Amino acid sequence: METIVFELALTFYFAATLIGLLEIFKESKGLSKLLLILTACGFVLHTLNIIMRYYTCGYLPITGMHQATSFFAWCIVLIFLFLQFRYQIGIIGAFILPIVFILMLSSSTFPRGIIPLSPVLQSYWFNIHTVLAFSGNASFAIASGVGVMYLLQEYYLKSKRLGGLFRRLPNLQILDEINYRLITIGFPLLTIAIITGVLWAESAWGSYWRWDPKEVWSLITWTIYALVLHLRAIKGWRGKKAAILSIIGFLSVLFTFFGVNLLFESLHIFG
Amino acid sequence: MDISVIGLNHKTASVDLREKLAFSGQKFQEALMGLKNLPMIDEVALLSTCNRVEIYVYGRNSEKTYETIKNFLSIFHQIDKTEFEPALYFYTNRDAVKHVFRVASSLDSMIIGEPQILGQLKEAFDFALNKKTTGSILNRLMKKAISTAKRVRTETRIAENAVSISFAAVELAKKIFKELPGKSFMLLGAGEMAELAARHLISNGVKDVKVANRTYERGCELAKEFNGKAVRFEDFLKELLYTDIVICSTGATEYILKKEQMQKIMKDRKNKPVFIIDISVPRNIDPDINQIDNVYLYNIDDLQQVVDNNLLERRKEAEKAEAIVEEEVEKFLKWLESLDSIPLIISIRQKAEAIKKEELEKFRHRFQNLDKEHLEAIEHLASSITNKLIHPPTIALKESSEDKELLAMAIKKLYGLNEDEEEE
Repeated sequence: METIVFELALTFYFAATLIGLLEIFKESKGLSKLLLILTACGFVLHTLNIIMRYYTCGYLPITGMHQATSFFAWCIVLIFLFLQFRYQIGIIGAFILPIVFILMLSSSTFPRGIIPLSPVLQSYWFNIHTVLAFSGNASFAIASGVGVMYLLQEYYLKSKRLGGLFRRLPNLQILDEINYRLITIGFPLLTIAIITGVLWAESAWGSYWRWDPKEVWSLITWTIYALVLHLRAIKGWRGKKAAILSIIGFLSVLFTFFGVNLLFESLHIFG
Repeated sequence: MDISVIGLNHKTASVDLREKLAFSGQKFQEALMGLKNLPMIDEVALLSTCNRVEIYVYGRNSEKTYETIKNFLSIFHQIDKTEFEPALYFYTNRDAVKHVFRVASSLDSMIIGEPQILGQLKEAFDFALNKKTTGSILNRLMKKAISTAKRVRTETRIAENAVSISFAAVELAKKIFKELPGKSFMLLGAGEMAELAARHLISNGVKDVKVANRTYERGCELAKEFNGKAVRFEDFLKELLYTDIVICSTGATEYILKKEQMQKIMKDRKNKPVFIIDISVPRNIDPDINQIDNVYLYNIDDLQQVVDNNLLERRKEAEKAEAIVEEEVEKFLKWLESLDSIPLIISIRQKAEAIKKEELEKFRHRFQNLDKEHLEAIEHLASSITNKLIHPPTIALKESSEDKELLAMAIKKLYGLNEDEEEE
C-alpha cells in the first residue's frame, strides 16, 4: 500500500515536471495552474506515504536512503507550495519540480525496507536534529532553483536578447529577494541543526565532534551560506554573485546528502 | 437586407484627405441624422477618428446605398466625388462584419494592438444608439465586435509588449525592479524622447525625480514639470549614488560617465542595481559600463531593437487574432441567418409538432383503454389546434418585409426558440 501511494505521488510529480518543461517552451497561463494542481495531488499522496511509514516504524521515517531522499523531496514541495501561495510566480514550478522529481526517482531506486533505528539514536534529538537539517536544506534547494532563474533573467537583460523566457520570468529584484529570504530561513535552521547534532552526538556517542565526513561537509555547506550572508551584508554581493553562490551552496548540500553517504564510511548513513 | 461598411483609413487615404472627410463636433451629429434619413437605410452608425472615417449601414440594396452615401459625402463636405472615390472601401455582409470585428480588435490599426480604437468605436455606436439611428442588427454587431476584441485581448498577446522606445524603457525597468514607486530617477540632459520616457516612468509610479541639466534654469523648469528637484549638472555623479534609473540625453560629444567612475559608484551603493538608458547620439555613457554587475545599460539602438522585436511579436499574435475574428464572424452570420424567415417558420413548426407529440404521448399513457377511433379524433383535434396557433406568425413572417428582423427576433423570443443561442 505504501508502495502504491509512493509510486502515485512519483507519477504526479513526474507529470508536473513534464508540464513544467512544457511551460519553459510554450507560454500558457493554464500550465502553471495545472502544474500546481498536479504537485498538490502528489504532495497529498506523498504526505500519506510518510504518515503510513511513520505508523509502521514508530518514528520519523527518514532512515535509509529511500526514506531520507523522499522526506527531503517532501520538505522541498512543502516550501515550494508555501512560496507559490506567498508570491504566485507560476514559472518557479518549472525550476523546482525537476529537482523534486529527480530526488523522488532516486529515492525509488534505493531499497525500500525500513531500516531499524539504532537504539543509541532513539531520543528526541533525532526528530529535532533531522527535521531542522532537512527543512534547512530544502530551503537551500529552492533558493538554488530561484538562483538559476535569476541568472537566466540576468543573462537576457545583459545580452539584450529578450526572447525565450524573458517575459515569463519575474523581475530580477524579486528573484534576488526570494533567493535571499530562503537562505535567511535555511541558514538558521542549518545552524541549529548542527548545534543540536553536536549535543546529540555527545549524548549518543560520547563526544561532541568526531570529524565524521558528514560533519565536515555540513560545516563546509554552513560556511558557504555564512559567506553568502556575510558578503551580502558587508560587500553588497547581491544579484548574480549571490545567485551563483546559492547554487554552489546547494551542490554542497547535495554532496553532503548523497556523496558522503555513498562514498564515505560515515556514522550518518541514514541508519 | 445587407450590412455594409463604407470608409477610408490611414492605408487608403492621406492625412489631408482624411481631414477633409472627418466629422467633428456638431457636424458629427448632423451627418449621422442626415445619413439616417437617406432612403433604404434602416440603421446607421458613424465613426470618425484621425485614422479612419467609416459609415456602418444596415439597409436594402447595398450597391445603391453606396452610391447614395458617396453623393451624401460629396455634398456634406463640399468635395468632389472623384477626389475621394479611389480612397474608399466598401464591404458588404461577411466582409463588412469581418471588417468591423478587425477594426474593434485593433488588427486594422496603424500600430497593431493599440487600445484606443475599441473605445472610439464604442463611443461611436453609443452615440448612434442614443440618437436612435441604430437598431437590433447594428447594436448586436457592436456588442459582438466588443466581445471579439476582448477575446483577442485575453487570448493573444497582441497588446502586451511595448512598441515605442519610451514604453520599452518602462517595460525593461519593470523587469529589473520589483516596483517602480520606490525607485529614484534622474534625467540627465533633456530632449523630446528623454522627456517622454521620463513621463512614462512617472506615470508608472516613480516619485523621486531629479533633473540635471547643463543649463540649471532649464533643469529647474523641467523639474517643476515633473514634480521633482533640479540638480546641478556637475553634481550628477554624486547623485548617481542615490539613483536607480537614469535617462541620459545630453549633447556631449564624449563619454560623461566612464567605467571606472561607475565601478566606484557601484561599490559605494553596495551593488544596488542601476538601470541606465542612454538615448543620446553620440552616446554619452561608456558602453563598457554594461559589463559591471547590477548595471544595465541600454542605448537607443538597443531600445529600438526591443521595439522591433515586439512589433514582430505582435504581428505573430495578429495571426492568432485573425482566427478568432474569423470564428466570431461565423457565429454572427449564423445568428443573422437565423433571423431569415424560412428556417424560422420551420423551427416554429418543429416546436409545435414536438409539443403536440409529447402531449399526445402523455394522453395515450393515461387513457390506455381508449379505442382507435377516439384516439384518431383526439389527434386530429391536437393537430388543428397547433396549426391554427402557428398560422398567424407564419403568415406574418412570410408577408412582412419592413420589420422582418424585429419580427423574427420577437417570434424567437416569444416561442422560446433561442436555446442554442448564447446570451451574455
